[in-house]
Amino acid sequence: MSKLVPVPSRGMVPERDAASPPVLETLHLGIDFGGLVAVDDFNLLIGRTEISGLIGPNGAGKTTVFNLLTNVYKPTRGTIILGDKDTAGMNTSQVCRAGIARTFQNIRLFKDMTVAENVMVGLHHDITYHILGAVLRTPRYWRDEKKARERALDMLSIFNMQDMGDIKAGALPYGAQRRLEIVRALATKPLILLLDEPAAGMNPSETAELMENITKIRDTYQIAILLIEHDMKLVMGICEGIAVLNYGKIIAKGTPDEISSNPAVIEAYLGKKEA
Amino acid sequence: MINTVLFVVLLTGSTGLVNSGSVSNYYTRVLILCGINMILALSLNIATGYLGQLPLGHAGFMALGAYTSAIFMRGVTVSPDAVFPLGILIGGMTAAFVGFLIGIPALRLKGDYLAIITLGFGEIIRVVLLNIDSVLGFKLTYGAASLKNIPKTTNFFNTFLCVAVTCFVIHTIMKSRHGRAILSIRDNEIAAEACGINTTYYKTFGFTLSAFFAGVAGALYAGYLGVISPAAFGFMKSIEILVTVVLGGMGSMIGSIISATVLTALPELLRAFSQYRMIAYSLLLIVVMIFKPTGLMGSYDFSLSTLLSKLGGKPKPKPLPEKEDEPHE
Repeated sequence: MSKLVPVPSRGMVPERDAASPPVLETLHLGIDFGGLVAVDDFNLLIGRTEISGLIGPNGAGKTTVFNLLTNVYKPTRGTIILGDKDTAGMNTSQVCRAGIARTFQNIRLFKDMTVAENVMVGLHHDITYHILGAVLRTPRYWRDEKKARERALDMLSIFNMQDMGDIKAGALPYGAQRRLEIVRALATKPLILLLDEPAAGMNPSETAELMENITKIRDTYQIAILLIEHDMKLVMGICEGIAVLNYGKIIAKGTPDEISSNPAVIEAYLGKKEA
Repeated sequence: MINTVLFVVLLTGSTGLVNSGSVSNYYTRVLILCGINMILALSLNIATGYLGQLPLGHAGFMALGAYTSAIFMRGVTVSPDAVFPLGILIGGMTAAFVGFLIGIPALRLKGDYLAIITLGFGEIIRVVLLNIDSVLGFKLTYGAASLKNIPKTTNFFNTFLCVAVTCFVIHTIMKSRHGRAILSIRDNEIAAEACGINTTYYKTFGFTLSAFFAGVAGALYAGYLGVISPAAFGFMKSIEILVTVVLGGMGSMIGSIISATVLTALPELLRAFSQYRMIAYSLLLIVVMIFKPTGLMGSYDFSLSTLLSKLGGKPKPKPLPEKEDEPHE
C-alpha cells in the first residue's frame, strides 16, 4: 500500500499515481431532492489506479453519490470530470462508454440470459458488426460473436467462473451473482469501477477472497476502483484513500489509519461521548 | 444449412400439395389465415416477449400496412401478382415509419402507461382511416363503406414465404448483439443502461421492427380478403393478438407460432358446434393460464440443431447450446 501524496489541484492520490492525471474528480457536487439536501459540496479526487472507499452511516448519501457519478441523477450543483471530460449532459449509457462502470447494491443481472451473455452485453460496444450483418449471418458476424464469447469466458476466469458460461444468471448462487456483476461491469472497459457494497451478504472467507480479487482486478486492468462498503475489515484492508460521508457531506478524508482515528468519524458512527 | 434445405423442401412440397388440389380450397384459406396470424403474433412477441413492453395498439399497425398496401395494389396497372412483394414492403415500411414516430414519445413511458398510450394511438389510426376521406375531399379509404376490389394476391406460397422470412429475420436479430441489448432491457433496464446500452435506441428499434411485421401481416390480410374496413382493426383485434402471444409464451417464437395456429384453427374446427365455440375458446385460455401461466412454451425456443444433436445421441458439451440455429418454420 502506497502513501498518499498531494497533487497540484486539490486532494491526495497514491504516490504511484502522482505522475498521471487523476481519473475522476468531483467539484462541489451536490443534489437536492425537493427541499432535502441529499449530497452537498462533495469533492473527491481519485488517482489513476487507486482503490478508494466511500463509507458512512446508513442514509448518508453514498449510493446517491454513485447515482450522481453515473448521471442517473442530474446534479443540482457542481461538476464531475472523468479523465479530461466533463460528464455533464451525458446520459447513463454515455457515461458508461466514457469510462465509469458500476455494480448495484441490490444485484441487477439479466436473469433470463446466460452468464456469458450477461458479460457479452457488457462487451456490446466491443463488437461492431452491423444489424444487417446479423441478419445475413456474414463471416464477420460469426467471427465477432466467437471472439466476444471467448473474451467473456476469459474475463469470467478472474473469478474462476469460465465453466459457468451457459448457466442462466438467475440460477447462480448469490456470491457468484455478485461476482458476475463485477465481470459484466469490467467488460465495458471502464477507467473507474464503482462497487456498491460488493461484500454484502458474503461470509468472512468469501469476503477475504473478494478483497484479493479487487486488488487483482486493479493490478490486471490498471483501473481505479471506488467502493461503498460497510465491512470495515475490507475497507481498511484494501482501500488506499477513504472518504467518510455523513448527512450528504464529506466529514473526513484520508488513509485508513487517519480515518480510523479521526474523532469526527468515530462520532458519526458511534455518537458523541457524554461530557 | 439444414434449415435451408428443410425450408425449400417444405415450401415446394406444401405449395405443390396446395396447387395440385390435394388440399381443399377451404383448408388452404385457413392455412393462409394461420400464416397471417403467425406473423402478427411473432411481431407483437418482439415488443412484449423480447422488449418487455405492453403495447395495445398492434392492430393499428396492421391496419396501416393493410390500407397502404391495398391502395397501392389498387393503383397499379401491371400484373398485381408481380408487384405484390412491393406492396407488402410498402405496407411494412409505412407501419414501421408510424411505429417509429409513435415509439419515440410512447416508449418514454412504462407498463400500464405505455399500454394506454399505444391503445390511444391504435384507436387514432382506426378513426383516421374511418374519416380521412371527408378531410381530403376525395375517396381514399372509403371509410366505413370499406375499401373494396383489392387484388386478391395473397396465396399459400407468398404467405409461407413471409412467415419464413419473419421467423428468420427475428431469430437472427435476437441471436446477435442487438438482440442481447433488447433482451437486457427486458431483464433490467437500469442495468442495461449502466452497461452502456443505448436503451432509447433499442426500444425504438424493437418497436419499429414489431410495427414493420405487423404491417406485412396487414398487407397479406388485405390481399387475402380483398375487402378491408377500419372496424376489423379495432381494439379487440389488438387484444386478440396479445392473447395469442401470451398463450404461446412470451419470448418464445415457436410458442407464438403454435398458439397462432391453434387459435386460428380452433374456431374453424368447432364450426359444427357454432353456439359453443367461443365458450371452448375462452375455456382453453382459462385452462392454459391456470396450469401454465407462462404460456404453452414458456420462453423455450425450438432449435432444430439442438434437437438433432439430442436425437443423434451426441453428448451435449454444455448445458445450454451456444448458438441455436434458425427455428423450424
